[in-house]
Amino acid sequence: METWSTYHHKELTARLLVRVKSLAAAIAGKLGRRPVIMEVCGTHTVALARTGLRSLLAGCIDLRSGPGCPVCVTAPEEIDYMLCLARQPGVIIATFGDMVRVPGSSGSLEKARIEGCQLQVCYSPREAVTLARSNPDRKVVFLGIGFETTAPAVGLAVKEAAALSLKNFSIYSAHKLVPPALATLASDPDLKLDGLLLPGHVSAILGRRAFTFLAREYNLPAAIAGFEPLDILGALLELLLQIEKGEAQVNNAYPRVVSETGNPKAQEILREVFSLAPANWRGLGLIPLSGLKLNTAYQDFEATGRWPLELKPVPPPAGCLCGNVLKGLCLPPQCALFGRRCTPLRPVGPCMVSSEGSCAAYYRYAREAG
Amino acid sequence: MTACGSITGTVSLAHGDGGELTHRLISDLFLKYFRDEALQPLNDAALLPAPPGRLALTTDSFVVKPLFFPGGNIGTLAVNGTVNDLAVSGARPLYLTVGLILEEGLPLPVLEEIIAALAAAAREAGVAIVAGDTKVVERGHGDQIYINTTGLGLVAGNIDLGCHRVRPGDVIICSGAVGDHGLAVLAARENFGLEGLKSDCAALHTLILPLLESFPGAVKWLRDPTRGGLATTVKELALSAQVDVILSEEAIPVHDSVRGGAEILGLDYLYLANEGKFCAVGDRVAAEDVLAFLRRHPLGSEAALIGEIKEGSGRAFLRTALGATRELYLLSGQQLPRIC
Repeated sequence: METWSTYHHKELTARLLVRVKSLAAAIAGKLGRRPVIMEVCGTHTVALARTGLRSLLAGCIDLRSGPGCPVCVTAPEEIDYMLCLARQPGVIIATFGDMVRVPGSSGSLEKARIEGCQLQVCYSPREAVTLARSNPDRKVVFLGIGFETTAPAVGLAVKEAAALSLKNFSIYSAHKLVPPALATLASDPDLKLDGLLLPGHVSAILGRRAFTFLAREYNLPAAIAGFEPLDILGALLELLLQIEKGEAQVNNAYPRVVSETGNPKAQEILREVFSLAPANWRGLGLIPLSGLKLNTAYQDFEATGRWPLELKPVPPPAGCLCGNVLKGLCLPPQCALFGRRCTPLRPVGPCMVSSEGSCAAYYRYAREAG
Repeated sequence: MTACGSITGTVSLAHGDGGELTHRLISDLFLKYFRDEALQPLNDAALLPAPPGRLALTTDSFVVKPLFFPGGNIGTLAVNGTVNDLAVSGARPLYLTVGLILEEGLPLPVLEEIIAALAAAAREAGVAIVAGDTKVVERGHGDQIYINTTGLGLVAGNIDLGCHRVRPGDVIICSGAVGDHGLAVLAARENFGLEGLKSDCAALHTLILPLLESFPGAVKWLRDPTRGGLATTVKELALSAQVDVILSEEAIPVHDSVRGGAEILGLDYLYLANEGKFCAVGDRVAAEDVLAFLRRHPLGSEAALIGEIKEGSGRAFLRTALGATRELYLLSGQQLPRIC
């Protein structure tokens, strides 16, 4: 049986680390700079910091964090809409905990709760369906935040609500899709990426093939990585080997979880319940077909239909560099607010709130880095 | 949950008004389980003999949710939490007071089960419950039951514990695996379906007092890493003793169920609460003997030397299994499970 120790084999990890470092150093010698590799997933950001891999590799790889934290990429106007919803009479907001403290231009959901709005933290979207059933005189709105990983569970909740003909349940779908965001990053002239460390969880849903366009269309090396040090180092090695040879492929370095075509059940729910829509990303802006809205059959459950509140464009908080952090253009400690005006206790931008946020990860594990 | 059987119905506001129902609650429930002599006269205050020496006094309030979790409940926690605060101060726990804030509507059988567990934990810990109070708040103004316990203990004359004794070169010992309580309660509260988790809730003085007796002087500082976990505790140690603390990730005992569960949820087990563990700073020369002593006791069977004290300015570091060093900070805000 595979156990925790299988992926924490100390000697193997040490050998792999030496190999990754020497290959990266050789590439850096050739390029005249360290190779730039972006870890897309927030869980990778945390794993790199928690294990100390980031500091061990800092001398030879320029590791940038990407837009991989669902709360962080939520656009300011979407957060404001959620705050508006929370203040509608009779509404109970059901949400993942990460969202509660994210600041919008009129406070946060936490502040709204203190003011008397009703807020219920859920760990599964289906809890929100139960909440709606037990509060027939209230209107429960679930905040649909997240990537391809959480959207299927939200889809299931919507299907359940439809089967129950629940009239007092709806969702605000602010879901985002990872591949279109990667295409945006791959074609960004300011961000000269040499390789992408692809998210293991999202890849488990979509499959390796969903990412092959990165190599084909953008000539960008990529590797899908798991979350243990051995997984990450293995994927980095595959990336560096590609970079060294001047090749671009999409390697699956997480085959024990990720298949070629992904999870068919999850994909089926996504197709059945949602349709593609443009989405506004913090930092990345409007990306066509990078969001999910409920499709015609489930339209009645879309909160924006019930509360068509106007979404006004909102500038990011003054001085907040979350947008640049999410694009990998700067590291969190390079933001003037980091650790001073912006801390997990008093966050200015969303990247300081979520446990997967780059700024929170740096604050927790590497405050003096950068 | 097992029913204790004798009492039915729910808590009402009248149970806290000092009248007939209050008296019935005291006689039918509290006195059934709390049988210490000093409590029996039901006076306004317990009259206790004054022992010679230094007294240790501590108070703690318990608001845990859910009330029952694998490895304990709010009643056992209310005893052991306060007993442990006395124990890590080097005190022998003698007396406890119990203050209850009950929410109208709390089923009386649930209250009885908690009181029975609380009384049993106190008996097991050898500490007498000598005073108590009960208030009832309206439904919606509390979360079923809150418990406050105050503990009084006696510190033997030769015991001197504190950060003033911590010196560079000293070592840090942890009495067992970390994170059990924090993750067990979180998993029970949110019904995560994680298996193999159990709170470590236990009274530590049965281990700590013999330790201090057997190694007088060698143990210099003690703390139970409750809220904020091990990382916060060692950071506080570094700050108060104005030294640097270096922990070794590989040396820190942690159960696979906690390591795996924390990883799934995106939590750091170094910041998860413990309710039956302590950290000790001691002389390096005595470390092996101290470890052997601890490991002979059921509450210390997984004790390990987890780090050392260096000269410094109040920083704490973790040497990771990969050989990197990262800094440990005070817990800043709640740890939240991740979305994806």
